[in-house]
Amino acid sequence: MRVPILKQGGYLIASIQSALSDYELLQLRDDLSAQVGRFRSRGVIVDVTVLDVMDSFAVRTLRAIAQIGHMRGAETVIVGIQPEVAFAMVQLGLALGDVETALDLEEGLALLDLRTKRGESHVTES
Amino acid sequence: MSLKAEIHIPINSDADIVTARQQGRELAQQAGFNGSDLTVISTAISEVARNIVEHARSGEIVLSVANGPGRSGLVVVARDHGPGILDISLAMQDGYSTGKGLGLGLPGTRRLMDEFEITSKPGAGTTVTMKKWRR
Ligand SMILES: Nc1ncnc2c1ncn2[C@@H]1O[C@H](COP(=O)(O)OP(=O)(O)O)[C@@H](O)[C@H]1O
Ligand SMILES: [Mg+2]
Repeated sequence: MRVPILKQGGYLIASIQSALSDYELLQLRDDLSAQVGRFRSRGVIVDVTVLDVMDSFAVRTLRAIAQIGHMRGAETVIVGIQPEVAFAMVQLGLALGDVETALDLEEGLALLDLRTKRGESHVTES
Repeated sequence: MSLKAEIHIPINSDADIVTARQQGRELAQQAGFNGSDLTVISTAISEVARNIVEHARSGEIVLSVANGPGRSGLVVVARDHGPGILDISLAMQDGYSTGKGLGLGLPGTRRLMDEFEITSKPGAGTTVTMKKWRR
């Protein structure tokens, strides 16, 4: 199943709905990369709340999503990593590197506002 | 309660990796595991199944419940007849990969599970046997 990507203001929100195969993860990476260009997005949120496993391939692909986005002018935040998933990732030795994370969608959006200085420009505009 | 059956899951493609870890989670749940143990077990299964797809193309995962004296657990066997591993101690090191992986699958899986054994013969294949005991 293709991960639905929602456009909200200058951001893209990808909400993973079910367990993903490697192929589907790569599809998400490519879809996001294409849409960041098409919509000139400044920020990307990937919501992984429903994932009950994040193995080395998932982590590698999420890192790639963030790196590709960064090169195209968008910041990426991963939201919703479950506590058990975080525990298993740490034992496996997986790190998200410099990929930003937030507890949930709301905090992810706030972080993006901060990172893309959207909050600031909003203040000066009003 | 005793669960004697073995579950054989053929591993030929990336979709089979998802199947293997979901079946592993289900059997682990039936065997009485819960919480983070379920995630740990399915993550370990995901890594060894992916190694089969990436490094050996095809093989199988065999899941079963272990009943020892006074304890029970889950046994996962990942078996393939692929190229095998030339230097196992090297392959068990964090960050070592002959592919484009992170090189954390084998050493990480060993950390996740309670027991971990790997046998491999170059040209003949690889078998990983790992166990998680209920706490
Ligand atoms: N089933 C297998 N058959 C052949 N070689 C394997 C197998 N599993 C692992 N290996 C070898 O061991 C190395 C380390 O494996 P792993 O720790 O999972 O890292 P990665 O898969 O990211 O390369 C692999 O790069 C590969 O050379
Ligand atoms: Mg691997």
